[in-house]
Amino acid sequence: MTAAATTARRPHLTPPVPPSPFPYNPGSLLSVMDLSLEGLSRLLSRATELESMDPLLRDRLLAKRRVALLFYESSTRTRTSFELAAKGLGADTTLVSSLSSSIEKGETLKDTGLTLRALGAEAIILRHNSSGAAWLLEAETRLPVLNAGDGMHEHPTQALLDLRTILAHFDPVTRSCHPERAQRVEGPAVPVEITADTLSGITVTITGDILHSRVARSNMLLLPRLGARVILCGPKELLPELAAHAGPGIVIERDFEAALKQSQVVMMLRIQAERLAGMQLDLDQYKTSYQLTGPRLAAFAPTALVLHPGPIIRGLELTAGAADGPQSAILEQVHNGVAIRMAVVERALTAAWQGGRA
Amino acid sequence: MTALVIRGGQLVDPAAGVDGLKDILLKDGRVAEIASPGKLKGANGAEALDAAGLVVAPGLIDMHVHLREPGQAYKETIATGTAAAAAGGFTAVGAMPNTNPVNDSQETTRWMQAPERGAAVRVFPIAAATRGSKGEAINDYAALKAAGAVAVSDDGLPILKDNVMREVLTSAARVGLTVIQHAEDTRLTHVNGKAASMNLGPASFKLGLRGMPPEAESSIVERDIRLVTELRETRAHLHVAHTSTAAALNAVRQARRSGLRVTCEVAPHHFLLTDEHVGLYNTNAKMCPPLRSAADRDAMIEAILDGVVDAIATDHAPHAVHEKEVEFENAPNGIIGLETALGLCLRWLHTEWKLPLGRVLSLLSAQPAALLALKGRGTLAVGSFADVVVFDPKAEWTYRAAEGKSKSRNTPFDGWAMQGKVRWTVSEGRIAYSAGV
Repeated sequence: MTAAATTARRPHLTPPVPPSPFPYNPGSLLSVMDLSLEGLSRLLSRATELESMDPLLRDRLLAKRRVALLFYESSTRTRTSFELAAKGLGADTTLVSSLSSSIEKGETLKDTGLTLRALGAEAIILRHNSSGAAWLLEAETRLPVLNAGDGMHEHPTQALLDLRTILAHFDPVTRSCHPERAQRVEGPAVPVEITADTLSGITVTITGDILHSRVARSNMLLLPRLGARVILCGPKELLPELAAHAGPGIVIERDFEAALKQSQVVMMLRIQAERLAGMQLDLDQYKTSYQLTGPRLAAFAPTALVLHPGPIIRGLELTAGAADGPQSAILEQVHNGVAIRMAVVERALTAAWQGGRA
Repeated sequence: MTALVIRGGQLVDPAAGVDGLKDILLKDGRVAEIASPGKLKGANGAEALDAAGLVVAPGLIDMHVHLREPGQAYKETIATGTAAAAAGGFTAVGAMPNTNPVNDSQETTRWMQAPERGAAVRVFPIAAATRGSKGEAINDYAALKAAGAVAVSDDGLPILKDNVMREVLTSAARVGLTVIQHAEDTRLTHVNGKAASMNLGPASFKLGLRGMPPEAESSIVERDIRLVTELRETRAHLHVAHTSTAAALNAVRQARRSGLRVTCEVAPHHFLLTDEHVGLYNTNAKMCPPLRSAADRDAMIEAILDGVVDAIATDHAPHAVHEKEVEFENAPNGIIGLETALGLCLRWLHTEWKLPLGRVLSLLSAQPAALLALKGRGTLAVGSFADVVVFDPKAEWTYRAAEGKSKSRNTPFDGWAMQGKVRWTVSEGRIAYSAGV
């Protein structure tokens, strides 16, 4: 084609992308994008309320309601905290895992979901190794589905508990994080109000295996909505340039130390050996460039909060010095998971059928 | 055989340079006579179809369909697939060989064309280029051609090895068959033996799905063109199936400028949709090659308008509902297309993007007929096969997959607005489809 023809080219009207029908059920939490800022504020406030509530009263909130945990992948933190959360509200839970069920015999996700629904499950918490599995399950069952991690895609409750952890250390006046003083609130809960500026001025660096990480995707979509800047950091094999287009407020920085210098929060990710799928990665070189060590932290980000969604592999993405040091909030994240998941499970079983349920 | 006369329609036959009000007489499976309205000489006693206000055109030809027989009749049969073709205005289809068994024999090629299959329109088998479509041993092309094969292809799989592809091109040229390549460097689209499931781009990253880079297509097209250049004196004909990337089209464009016999087809979904249409894991938007970027989609439109694209082909690929109701990465590739091609082409190529009706119809009939060397098809010149489509070019309608003739429902176009409703499809003088019946 000649240059003249190229410049004469007119933009063609083309078929629009139809709006998403998801979520079908208002109680579902498939993606961090399912929550408005207002909904986010309500959820975080409710998490704190539920956490500080008398367990014997809390136990009545969802008494005898049925929640199924459907797990196609192994999990310690997410499964246990969802289970504790649902039970803490009085719900009955049942765990179906791929290794001890008809899934092994070839039952599809659709049929397993319909079976759980027929057994009386009112909500399904799904962990699955395929991206998008939670959307499939929701479309087929129309139940509230809580996405507990789908393949390499999203892990919304992890991003919410990460946010809760960040906010607990966040000083809105100085607009910085203080690892040393967690603002754990005792006594009456203070409502949280989330706006598009809540985290403005804060830079969160997510480092490591971004390509395979559902935690990274949920966080990079969520945190910029609150005004945070997200730096993605890692080698090309684990962090393609495409990632910068995932949403607004996301930049890529290949130099870990340059990223650390700008960060108030550093989120480290595990190298997902199970998803590397034949990729050649020089682990020694990776550690040299991207491992978070005590000295590196002290030199480049002495006041940053250190997060990790777990499981951590000590000596690979971070050392004991960073994991167990004073800047680490890793176990606090785990702790926050229960409160967040109580709020999410309660929302699933109460938001869903407003006015429509006997 | 009884005679059929189609009266008062606007005859649009781009190959014959005809566009005007004509009556047409079909007799013994052939076009017997064409005349101004009321002037036919031999129409006495013939059954008459009133085509006033309708377009009468050569029956459409889809050179790229999967009829799933033998072996996967639960997805489609030759009878249901060709019924869908007839409903979509097609009178001939090129049936790809990725059946079970793979069509790499005279026996299967003949079986597919046997009257017992109950085909509503003509089926032209495209035979496997290599034994079992494994990309290693060349089949006997002279024998396959004698049995009725009109081209060779390992569609669904590429022929990766240079020496094998060179031999395929040479052997096919010797017997005058077109080589249709599914251009996909599977070394770039598979990770640990598992296929990526959509285009590589921001959308695949966001969805957490492994992506197929555009170079996986263009690098094979470029390699094939290098081979055709080396084999220039054999007059080998390379046809690129379901072209989906700007880079591949550019390679075809260059090859044509150098006078090589390199042609290509584009599917409606590739000139209409992008990887954003995958939405939240819509498995009915999953096919191979995948929906690409907006820039690639725009390049398809430009290349159709400027004439680089030789044919519109649907890559009609039926799959049962239960096969698509699974995790996106586990769903099979492919969508059905026979019943939506004309409606989409008229709605978008003609009305929206102003491609003249004659050129739209040529891309859907005369040009694919030429690519497969189907003699006497793709035109309604006197003496040609009586393959005719009669449609209302203005009629707007909504496509409902559930009401389709295909056995399968896997389409991203369910509920879409279509333009141009088929009234009759006539296959070799016999009414193969009649609207409302």
